[in-house]
Amino acid sequence: MKILVPVKRVVDANVKIRVRPDGSGVELANVKMAMNPFDEIAVEEALRLKEAGKASEVVAVSIGPVKTDETIRTALAMGADRGIWVKTDEAGIEPLTVAKLLKKIVEAEGPGLVILGKQAIDDDCNQTGQMLAALLGWPQATFASKVEIGEKTIAVTREIDGGLQTLDLDLPAVLTTDLRLNEPRYASLPNIMKAKKKPIEEKPAAELGVDLAPRLQLLSTTEPAGRTAGIKVGSPAELVDHLKKAGVL
Amino acid sequence: MADHLPTLLFAEHDDASLNPVTARALTAALALGAPVHVLVVGENARPAAEAAAKLAGVAQVLLADGPAYAHRRAEPVAALGVALAGQYGAIAAPSTAFGKSVLPRIAALIDVMQVSDVVAVIAPDTFERPTYAGNAIQRVRATDATKVLTIRTAGFAPATEGGSAPIQPVDEAGAFAGSRFVGEEIATSARPELTAARIIVSGGRAIGSAENFHSVVEPLADALGAAVGASRAAVDAGYAPNDWQVGQTGKVVAPDLYVALGISGAIQHLAGMKDSKVIVAVNKDEEAPIFQVADFGLVGDLFQIVPELTAEIAKAKG
Ligand SMILES: Cc1cc2nc3c(=O)[nH]c(=O)nc-3n(C[C@H](O)[C@H](O)[C@H](O)COP(=O)(O)OP(=O)(O)OC[C@H]3O[C@@H](n4cnc5c(N)ncnc54)[C@H](O)[C@@H]3O)c2cc1C
Repeated sequence: MKILVPVKRVVDANVKIRVRPDGSGVELANVKMAMNPFDEIAVEEALRLKEAGKASEVVAVSIGPVKTDETIRTALAMGADRGIWVKTDEAGIEPLTVAKLLKKIVEAEGPGLVILGKQAIDDDCNQTGQMLAALLGWPQATFASKVEIGEKTIAVTREIDGGLQTLDLDLPAVLTTDLRLNEPRYASLPNIMKAKKKPIEEKPAAELGVDLAPRLQLLSTTEPAGRTAGIKVGSPAELVDHLKKAGVL
Repeated sequence: MADHLPTLLFAEHDDASLNPVTARALTAALALGAPVHVLVVGENARPAAEAAAKLAGVAQVLLADGPAYAHRRAEPVAALGVALAGQYGAIAAPSTAFGKSVLPRIAALIDVMQVSDVVAVIAPDTFERPTYAGNAIQRVRATDATKVLTIRTAGFAPATEGGSAPIQPVDEAGAFAGSRFVGEEIATSARPELTAARIIVSGGRAIGSAENFHSVVEPLADALGAAVGASRAAVDAGYAPNDWQVGQTGKVVAPDLYVALGISGAIQHLAGMKDSKVIVAVNKDEEAPIFQVADFGLVGDLFQIVPELTAEIAKAKG
């Protein structure tokens, strides 16, 4: 069974982003980029399934403009076998469009499982996996924290409000990862060298027959109303006085 | 014309009772300006439908009740949403694990780009939503005829009771055989639920163990009548269950009072709580970023401060 892992290039989780003063968006020039952390977890899970003999090949796919191949290379350095780069002119392709493009890749590759991150930490949409599952007519399990694969089915434990839920899905299926599914490995130096020789197939998005036009018009991007630091209090008793005055007790 | 069609709001519930986030999402749905129909999907879910019918402003409750909808698996629920979609100008749900799983599935099937985590309704087609862990707020206009929205409920006041909407049964939209419910581990607690609580006490990595959550964090929460939350680090370490996680990728809360114990204040944590009315932080590091958002800070060892604070609260409440 082949596993397809879509990965997204995003601003590194440790970077404090800046909103452009003219409201046109977030400053992306000279900002450190990285693979979306949830996608690292997805790559890791796919690799573990392969190492356990449950999968034959792990294919990383990413959709984006120049330098998107760096993120695919990261997946290859972790251990993915090959990459597919769906090239676009710009970043910020909407999840619905991404799902449609991924559907084309799924139709061409025929994976038995697609594992995605539950959300990208830039747009925070939390949509792509569910949309892809819908377009394929496949079952889905979002927010996976444990995966057990069988012959024709996969049991997935999900993090839901209030606790955990386990679903059994027929394969092929779509999973999205939550934080506690695994701890992704770091790529070792030899594997980073090896990854340079692994193939990345390039496909222009425009040739996949999907309308790339956005459906959401971005009117403005602004900084949220900030909070200012308050005061330090000397003792628990003093704190309780303040809380009483603030009317929150 | 879609503007004149009613809005369909998915209720968040567990069949037996309606989750309070529904009343908050209703406020957002009503802001669209069209009549709101609340859809209750489940098995033996009439009690939840009756509770939804009592919310002021609801024009109609739709009850889809049957074994196909047990545990609200995303596939059959989305199929129902798609079957109903043509009659609605907007389809909305609270941004819960359920809403997040189901709505994008519906959106894709009706070829609509969803607007996730709406925090403000500017116009029936224009919304604000947070990106980058809440550090950049986007204002977007949705150009699809039908709007599909998940609502970040923390920012909307709950609709009040006092309604008496009719409850209309709806037919099943067809079964889905590709997935099966196996089991659930849902914690039951006498404490308020995180997303509905007026006060939250959260513990971080510094709490050190699950036992310390019980012996240090929970007594303070109980003295305050608060819900208990946690940072990702505390959940990852197994000190607290996953559904306590507050943050960018956990629950987003905005209580009257948020007390952060031994939490450093990483942007991903702040994303889940910085809209709280009053924030208190206890941390031994006076440079901890959490103090930049805290109204009241106590610098020191939480294992010494928290029991004292618990006693002071108990005294104040007498
Ligand atoms: C993709 C992604 C998603 C994430 N999502 C979330 C999320 O949803 N929610 C979340 O919380 N985090 C999230 N994180 C993690 C986040 O970046 C931080 O790592 C995490 O919030 C840190 O938790 P903490 O503050 O408990 O631990 P630490 O950062 O280790 O802080 C512990 C604090 O305790 C203080 N301390 C230690 N001992 C004592 C003592 N005895 N008394 C008083 N104070 C003490 C220390 O001074 C320190 O400030 C995410 C990260 C990533 C990459």
